[in-house]
Amino acid sequence: MASSSSELARWRDIDKLLTRQGNIVGPGFEPSPQLRQDIGEFARVLVVGAGGLGCELLKDLALSGFRNIDVIDMDTIEISNLNRQFLFRLQDVGKSKAVVAAKRVMERVSGVNITPHFCRIEDKDIVFYNDFNIIVLGLDSIEARSYINSVACSFLEYDSDDNPVPESIKPMIDGGTEGFKGHARVILPGVTPCFECNIWLFPPQVKFPLCTLAETPRTAAHCIEYAHLIKWNEVHGGKTFDPDDPEHMQWVYKEAVKRAELFGIAGVTYSFTQGVVKNIIPAIASTNAIISAACALEVLKIVSGCSKTLSNYMTSSTS
Amino acid sequence: MAVESKTKYDRQLRIWGEHGQAALEKANICLLNCGPTGSEALKNLVLGGIGSITVIDGTKVENHDLGNNFMLDEMSLGQSKAKCVCTFLQELNDAVKAKFVEEHPDALIEGNPSFFSSFTLVIATQLLESSLVKLDKICRQSNIMLLVALSYGLTGLVRISLKDHEVIESKPEHFVDDLRLNNPWPELKEFAKSIDINVTDPVVHKHTPYIVILINIAGKWADQHGGCLPTTRQEKKEFKELIKSCMLNVDEENYKEATEASYKVSLTSGISSQLRQILSDSAAEVNSSSPDFWILVAALKEFIENEGAGEPPLEGSIPDMTSLTEYYINLQKIYQAKAEADCLVMEHRVRAILKSIGRETDSISKAYIKNFCKNARKLVVCRYRPIEDELNNPAVQELQKYMIDEDYCFSAGFYILLQAVDRFIANYNRFPGLFDTEMEDDIARLKTIAVGVLSDSGLHGSTLTEDLINEMCRFGGAEIHSVAAFIGGVASQEAIKLITKQFVPLNGMLVFNGIDQKSQILLV
Repeated sequence: MASSSSELARWRDIDKLLTRQGNIVGPGFEPSPQLRQDIGEFARVLVVGAGGLGCELLKDLALSGFRNIDVIDMDTIEISNLNRQFLFRLQDVGKSKAVVAAKRVMERVSGVNITPHFCRIEDKDIVFYNDFNIIVLGLDSIEARSYINSVACSFLEYDSDDNPVPESIKPMIDGGTEGFKGHARVILPGVTPCFECNIWLFPPQVKFPLCTLAETPRTAAHCIEYAHLIKWNEVHGGKTFDPDDPEHMQWVYKEAVKRAELFGIAGVTYSFTQGVVKNIIPAIASTNAIISAACALEVLKIVSGCSKTLSNYMTSSTS
Repeated sequence: MAVESKTKYDRQLRIWGEHGQAALEKANICLLNCGPTGSEALKNLVLGGIGSITVIDGTKVENHDLGNNFMLDEMSLGQSKAKCVCTFLQELNDAVKAKFVEEHPDALIEGNPSFFSSFTLVIATQLLESSLVKLDKICRQSNIMLLVALSYGLTGLVRISLKDHEVIESKPEHFVDDLRLNNPWPELKEFAKSIDINVTDPVVHKHTPYIVILINIAGKWADQHGGCLPTTRQEKKEFKELIKSCMLNVDEENYKEATEASYKVSLTSGISSQLRQILSDSAAEVNSSSPDFWILVAALKEFIENEGAGEPPLEGSIPDMTSLTEYYINLQKIYQAKAEADCLVMEHRVRAILKSIGRETDSISKAYIKNFCKNARKLVVCRYRPIEDELNNPAVQELQKYMIDEDYCFSAGFYILLQAVDRFIANYNRFPGLFDTEMEDDIARLKTIAVGVLSDSGLHGSTLTEDLINEMCRFGGAEIHSVAAFIGGVASQEAIKLITKQFVPLNGMLVFNGIDQKSQILLV
């Protein structure tokens, strides 16, 4: 551990916020030189997802003075992550995202301790989640958000007057992006609407009626989904389609091309086939950076009280 | 493009395409000051495969840099900050050419203005107003785009400065399809008429595309209403009833789609006020030095006045809709054919204009013309005032409105206070609130200066809250990492829009209010 004077110098900027009283701060804000150390020592943060948002979140939290961070992600690194997941390099492809991300941040930010969990969120029992003061979500699926939401809400207790018991409220900060757009929001179970309350905010996933695919295809996507959902089973019987197997994807692509030719439909490409079959969401570094930064700032505000906290929802759309 | 790059950039190619990526890979970016705001902005561009970066910073790495800049670590202490940041950024993407210059930006702006002429875009971070004004003049003279980014405590701003920026692919999120149901051209009308919407075969009935349904029912309506289409609310309601009366079954999707799209029959013909403004822009009176975009605008104006009969070229694509494959493909072909015919007329007009101004008739590619025609309704032109002009003559009325608007007053207050901080630094050579011991005095000093800024801006009636002035002093010039990552993120997003010429960049000054987590655009 570096000497305390160099530590003081190092955190000069953030200490301006944490050591000085202000008039526009959170309730119960007690500025002091001790505050940053207490945050580092006692606040436990869980980052769910070590992808585009997760990489940024780990960096942002580590540089906000958090020193006890856990990160959970079941995925391994792919080449297509490298345009935005800045903690990963080409030689990391195939390794656990959580493990590599934790290692890289610890290498660069001294004093921070990040524990990676290379597993599914459902693999952890509920006690695991209760250990954290705050949960930050950097996810791309509605199902995973729902799961964490249900876990966090399950900790909530009410007192005899039917008010939520403050200590039982597990704050969640939820970030999400698509292309140039994104959202960040604070969920305080029992206080603000939870994830399920606002699930309608997410656009429904496009699903085509099977009869359209089978009888009246009109678009490239229809041809691709026909090959993927109908033709694959017809030809391969019991064999499960694996979207990560390039041979499987090639097969679907070729079948889709055949079908498109049959009906005179244009636009089937290999890239588009992957996009439809894997439901690929476009993603860029800058939007992830913006949304993660907004989330990390809210984490700092909730834990320290150094400023007002986001009332509930913030969307970013600069396009 | 190499297979590996294609895979690496897959998620962004789906947004801006290979032509957008090619523009990024050709761009040369200059960063002034590589604190966290600048470093984070560049990081996002390097990951995306920007052509080259040049990092300018004259300082050495100190302890406080390790607390807010991820690109620096203990090994960097005492070394050139520009060099260390550049080394880390290079690690992120070896396809990017990364260079650094260990020099203070102010020295370059003062002593070597021609240094900037080789860049596509300059990102100026944490610069003082006086330097920005000079840099802005240099960039405007050489047609270099300037992006300004500043993080200050829990606030910050991003602004663009350049003469003009024309966007063909503006990619608006919501835009009504160009279907011409209010005024179908002969081939489309003929095709619609060739289909009997009262067909008895239930499968065909429920697979007749809504375009055909609406054109036929609109024709019927017009026959009964002296050639007019539904316009009043009552008429539109009756029109919907008429559509519903043609249904065989309540679950016919195509009729539901027709009812939902029925308003498209009543759309007024012609062009938007936004497009009208572009057509009447003085730049559309072209000469031999006019940019290609404006030559296309001149051709578009002629097209609308002549062949288009008030309409721009047809966009040419149709949305998916319930339909027999055959009907849908035929409709697609009819729309495409009309779009191609319109494009051909435009091409002739473009070639004629090029000839008349003494340029080679084939000096604008067919692909460019085609892309322009496809987006003719969505063209956007952005212009930005010189920074000096904005500081000397701010939009007083707008600012006054922001200052008293509950939603905007913090952002407007921060905008004024950031100017006051600049004056404070000019007077005292340090940030207000830098030292704990001077807090009380600095608050009073900053307040006096802020009152001066308000009065110089012509905002005589406006006041700033004590709370906000206190807050500004509390920040003490701190560059908070999350705020810097946010501001840097916004700056890189704008850089991408400017370089790819896709999407619409900020049309004003973006002020970040980290207290309420709001980013708002001020039209100053």
